[in-house]
Amino acid sequence: MSTAVEETFGGAGRRSLALPFSGIWRNGLFAAGTWSLAAVLTYGLPDVITWGATELFAAVTLAGAGIFLVLSVTVHRLGGVGRTLVHYGPWFIVLGLWLAAWEVLTAKLGWLPKPFFSPPQGLLHVYVTDWERLLICIAYTGRLWGLGFFSGILVGFAGGVALGWSKRFAYWGMPLLKLIGPVPASAWIPCTFFIFPSTFHASVFLVALASGIPVAILTAAGVSQVNRSFYDVARTLGADNRFLVLKVAIPASLPNVFVGLFMGLYYSFAVLVVAEMLGAKFGLGWYLQFNTAYSAYANVYAALIVMALICAGLVRLLFLVRDELLGWQKGIL
Amino acid sequence: MALALAEAPAASIALDVEGVSHRYELDGKELKVLDNVSLTIAPGEFVALLGPSGCGKSTLLRLAAGLETPTTGRVLEDGRPVTAPNPDRILVFQDATLFPWRTVRGNIATGLEARGLIREREYRIDEVLELVKLEGFADFYPHQLSGGMAQRAALARALVNDPKLLLLDEPFGKLDSLTRLRMQNELLDLWKSAGFTALLVTHDVEEALLLADRVIVLSDRPAAIVAEVRVDRPHPRRRDDASLIALRRSLLETLGIAHDV
Repeated sequence: MSTAVEETFGGAGRRSLALPFSGIWRNGLFAAGTWSLAAVLTYGLPDVITWGATELFAAVTLAGAGIFLVLSVTVHRLGGVGRTLVHYGPWFIVLGLWLAAWEVLTAKLGWLPKPFFSPPQGLLHVYVTDWERLLICIAYTGRLWGLGFFSGILVGFAGGVALGWSKRFAYWGMPLLKLIGPVPASAWIPCTFFIFPSTFHASVFLVALASGIPVAILTAAGVSQVNRSFYDVARTLGADNRFLVLKVAIPASLPNVFVGLFMGLYYSFAVLVVAEMLGAKFGLGWYLQFNTAYSAYANVYAALIVMALICAGLVRLLFLVRDELLGWQKGIL
Repeated sequence: MALALAEAPAASIALDVEGVSHRYELDGKELKVLDNVSLTIAPGEFVALLGPSGCGKSTLLRLAAGLETPTTGRVLEDGRPVTAPNPDRILVFQDATLFPWRTVRGNIATGLEARGLIREREYRIDEVLELVKLEGFADFYPHQLSGGMAQRAALARALVNDPKLLLLDEPFGKLDSLTRLRMQNELLDLWKSAGFTALLVTHDVEEALLLADRVIVLSDRPAAIVAEVRVDRPHPRRRDDASLIALRRSLLETLGIAHDV
């Protein structure tokens, strides 16, 4: 068994190329095995600590095992999706083992005690019982993040272009930006309360600030670093200032802008919790704080997983946009 | 009408440089690069500026392109002072300086886009692509091109605007010697068919003699004109032509590197 597993793990890369044509996906079978193990342990062993959703979690993992069992013979018919699944085969195996071990250590043996640790069934219990509130929180956070992030990067980008392009703008703006940049978002809370008509506006401002500043700094750096001869060439070809900014400075600095966007995206997520401290009634950040206060850590973990997944999804989306816009860099990087 | 425009040889202009001196300020110190340079270039003429590296030849081109205005003296095109860049006078650099985010076609389209002529003259892009033998590479990005191809694309980007004066700043300086020979011939053909005035900066004596009607030798910085040679041989010229060899020897002597070469 151990040699087989070793082979499985060591040969993940090669196997993913060879397997789709050879009938049975062995890693799929192993994954079905580890997931069934999680199901059996969950169902078979008694709970030392009550978390709820025991049977449901056993059923879910069993269903997962079933899916892997089916996939192990059909995966090669799924084309691109199939190849991705095969690539992550070792991950699915480990995920099953991880779920099983996690269950045993928390709910079944109680070595990792309530309330600090939650077994996967505890998280599932949260999703099942509190899904309505979680969805509302996602919607609220989505609104706050969307408004804050997009207004932030828009202003940051426009400001960055101006700072990089105009010497006079840079003279006044750059020192301010350098002063404001490192100030943590929470330090702005007292001012924002005074300046903005509602706490929601203040929260949007904090998110906008967190995402806008890295975009502004990197855009300004990008625009000011553009090879001067690009401007010379464009000018001799008859370009006016508008053309120089829109068609030379901005595309040339776009790689930098995207670095700023990635940073802004991460900062905006980090600042969400702080922003939702400001008298929010719903939102993932609010949910985290509320449940931390009540020591409902299972809820906290459940919400954290949701946040992490959303953030990862947005990062992935941003990568797609970048690849679309910066396709010309392929082969340079 | 559009076709007629394309087929008619582009008009050329006369360039007059009158007593031009130019200085740069570097770290508070004044750097004099041009010293009382005067020259007259007739419409359609091919003139080469020959001189040691860093002598201020490129500055003269930048002044002619209108990218800078001289500290003293005047630069005139057809008698009118040059004050700003204009697509009638296009500068081609030693580096192709193609915009890396644009395809070859996009790069060539830049001038037409900037002047709002892209709709009526888009067909010219395919014409110049053919002219510089890059038909199959229209959708390539600059980093996918070889040095010679990139420089051809840069030439096409200039030619699509039907320049009346083409300013060439050591355009083949970074190419390998075989590509350079081929490109020199291609440039000559383009000049003959399009009829623009050409001002070529080079430090390659042979290149100057093979291409130009007139070779002007500049001194070390600050550059002043030290000699002027008319090359009266018909094209195509052979580099082993006896009179060209004699001219080459005398030019090298003027540049101060005569012995043994």
